Amino acid sequence: MAVAHPEAPTGAAAPRPRTRPVDSSASWPLRDRVGLALCWAAGLALCLICAAIVLFLTVKGLESLRLSWLVEHPTADLDQSKSGGFLDPIVGTFLLTAVGMVIAAPLGVAIAVWLTEYARPAWLARAVESGVEIVAGTPSIVLAIFGLIVFSNTALGFLSAPVEGASAFGRSFLIAGAMMALLALPLVIGSVREALHALPGHLREASYALGKTKATTIRKVLLPAIRPGIATGGALGTGRIIGDTAIVIVLLGGTLQIEGAGGLPILSTLRGTGQTLTSYVYNNSPAGEGNAPEKAYAAAFVLMLVIIALNWVVDRLAKGQEGITWIR
Amino acid sequence: MGLVRRWRATERAELALGALSATVLLLIAGMIAFVLVNAWPSFSHNGLSWFGSGGDVNSELVDIFNSPGGRHVYTLHAWPLLFGTLLTTVFAVGLGLVFSVLTAVFIVEFAPPSVSRVLRPVVRLLAAVPSVIYGLVALLALSPWINDHLVSQSFKLQVNNIVPIGGNGLLLATVVLTVMVTPIMIAIIVDALAAVPRSWTEGSAALGVNRWRTMWRISVRTARPAIAAGVVLAAARALGEAIMLAMVSGSFGFSPNPLDGLHFFVEPVQPLAATIVANAEGLSSKPFAQTIYAFAAVLLFSSAALSLGGHLARRQVRRYGTR
Repeated sequence: MAVAHPEAPTGAAAPRPRTRPVDSSASWPLRDRVGLALCWAAGLALCLICAAIVLFLTVKGLESLRLSWLVEHPTADLDQSKSGGFLDPIVGTFLLTAVGMVIAAPLGVAIAVWLTEYARPAWLARAVESGVEIVAGTPSIVLAIFGLIVFSNTALGFLSAPVEGASAFGRSFLIAGAMMALLALPLVIGSVREALHALPGHLREASYALGKTKATTIRKVLLPAIRPGIATGGALGTGRIIGDTAIVIVLLGGTLQIEGAGGLPILSTLRGTGQTLTSYVYNNSPAGEGNAPEKAYAAAFVLMLVIIALNWVVDRLAKGQEGITWIR
Repeated sequence: MGLVRRWRATERAELALGALSATVLLLIAGMIAFVLVNAWPSFSHNGLSWFGSGGDVNSELVDIFNSPGGRHVYTLHAWPLLFGTLLTTVFAVGLGLVFSVLTAVFIVEFAPPSVSRVLRPVVRLLAAVPSVIYGLVALLALSPWINDHLVSQSFKLQVNNIVPIGGNGLLLATVVLTVMVTPIMIAIIVDALAAVPRSWTEGSAALGVNRWRTMWRISVRTARPAIAAGVVLAAARALGEAIMLAMVSGSFGFSPNPLDGLHFFVEPVQPLAATIVANAEGLSSKPFAQTIYAFAAVLLFSSAALSLGGHLARRQVRRYGTR
C-alpha cells in the first residue's frame, strides 16, 4: 500500500503522533498520588532492607573472615584465635543436604507423579495432598523434636550412635537428614506437580497413540520433559535444608567436629554427629554458647554466598518455565 | 501374554507409587498422633487452665523439669507464651500485609521495568535468607541500638527484678518477623494481581478510571482471595519461626502489658516455638518433655489449620482463573 495515511506526518521533523495516551500520575487526584508514593516507598524500602542486610554481612564478614578458617577444623578453646575455623560445619552442611535430598527428591517426584497422573482412589489422593500441605506448614522445630523422640527408640538405634542406657542417642546425620527430607518434600512435590500440569496434553496422547503404556509414558516421556521442574524443586528444597537451623540444633548432636560412630567408613559418618553452618552461626552468636561474633559473621557470610548462588541457580532454572510461582 | 505382562507393569507402577504416597501419608498422620499422645498428660492435668494466665511460667517450667521421681509435676499456665506468639504473629502479619500489598501493586503495575527487574530477585532473596542470619543481624546490629536509644534506664532499673529489659523484645522480634514473612505474601499477591484478566482492567481504563484506581478497585479486589491466602500462609510461617525468635525475642516468659505505654514494645516475650528451642535439651525429664510436646501440639494444630486454610483459599483463587 503506497497510499499515505492523510494524517500521517510527512516531514522527518514532525513528531510521531501518540496512539495511546499515557495516563500520567500528574493528572491524578492527590489521594491517588499519595498512594503511588507509598507504593514507591514500600518497594524502595524492601530494596534498602535487602541491600542493608547483604552489605552489612559482606562488610562484617570480609572484615573478620580469614581464608584459613575455611579449611581448619573447629576446636573448643576460650581463646577465639585458637578455636579454629569452620571446615566441619561446611562439610556438615553439604553432607546433611545430600542426605536430605537423596531421600526427598525421589520420594517427592514419585508422589507428585502419582498425584498428577494416577490419583486413584480420589479420597486417598486428597488425603495425601492435605498431608503434604500440613507438612509444608509444620514448623521445623516441631519436626525436630518429633524426630528426636522417635529416633531415640532402641528399635531405630542403628541410625545413630549407641549411648549408655536403654535408648539410642537419636542424633545423627541420617536422622537429621530424614527430617530435613520431610521439610524439602513439599517443595519438590509442588514444583514437579506444577511442571507436570504445564505439559501440553498432546505429549501424553502422542505416546499413548504409539501404544505405550502409562508407566512407560511417565518414565520415557513425562519425566525427561519435566527435568527443569525437578531441578527447580531440588534447588528450592536444597535451599530450605541449607537454611534450616532448628532441626540441626536438635538432631545433629552439635559436636564441634564431625564425629563418626561405629567402624564402617561412610556409614559411621552418617551415623555420627556434627554441625552445619547455620548451627555454627547460631552457637557463635550472642544467643549461643560460643559467643564469638567474628566467627558468626564470617560463617554467616559464607552461608549467604551459598544461598545467593543457589538463588541464582533457581532463577536460571525457572526461566522459560511457565506457571512456576517464584517463591514457595 | 505380552499384553498381560505389560498391563501388569503399568498396574505395578501405579501400585508402587500409590503405596509410597500412602506410606508418607501414614508417616505424617503418625507424627500428628504421636505428638498429640505425648502432649496429652500436660493438657489433661491442667485442663483449660493450661491456656490461662496466672503463676510465673518460667518457674513453673523449672518445677516441671525438676519434678521428683515418681511424682510428676505438670502445673502450667502457658498464657504468656501463647500471648507472645499471638503478639508477634499478629503484628508481623498485619504490618507485612500493608507492606506487601503496596509492594505487590508496585511490582505489577507501577514500577518501571528496570526497578521491577531488581525488585523481584530482591524479594526472592529476602525469602531465601536463613532465619539464623536474620537473627544474627538483628542481634548484633539492631538490638544494641534499641537498647541504647529506645529503652530508658529508669524503667529498666524499676522493673529489674520482675523482667529483664534490653534490646531484645517485642519490637525487634516483630520488625524482623515482618521482613521474613513479607516476601511470601508479596509472591502470592503478585501472582494473583498479574493473573487478573486484562479485559477487566482495560474496561475500567476505558471508562476513564485512572491506573491507580483501576488497580485498587479492580485488580486488588479480584485478588482478595489470594491476599487472604497470603495472610494465612504468612501467619503459619510466623507462628513456626523458632530460631530467629529464640535469638531476638528476649526469651523470657512474660506477657507484655499494654498499659506500660511505649515500654510495651520493648518488653520481652517468648513465643512457643522459641520456647521449644530454648528447652530442647531438657527432653530427658519425662514430664518436661510432655510439656514441650504440648507446645508442639499447639503449634502443629494451629499451623496445620492455617496451611490447610491457605490451601483452600488458593484453590478458590484458581477456580476463578486468577491464581
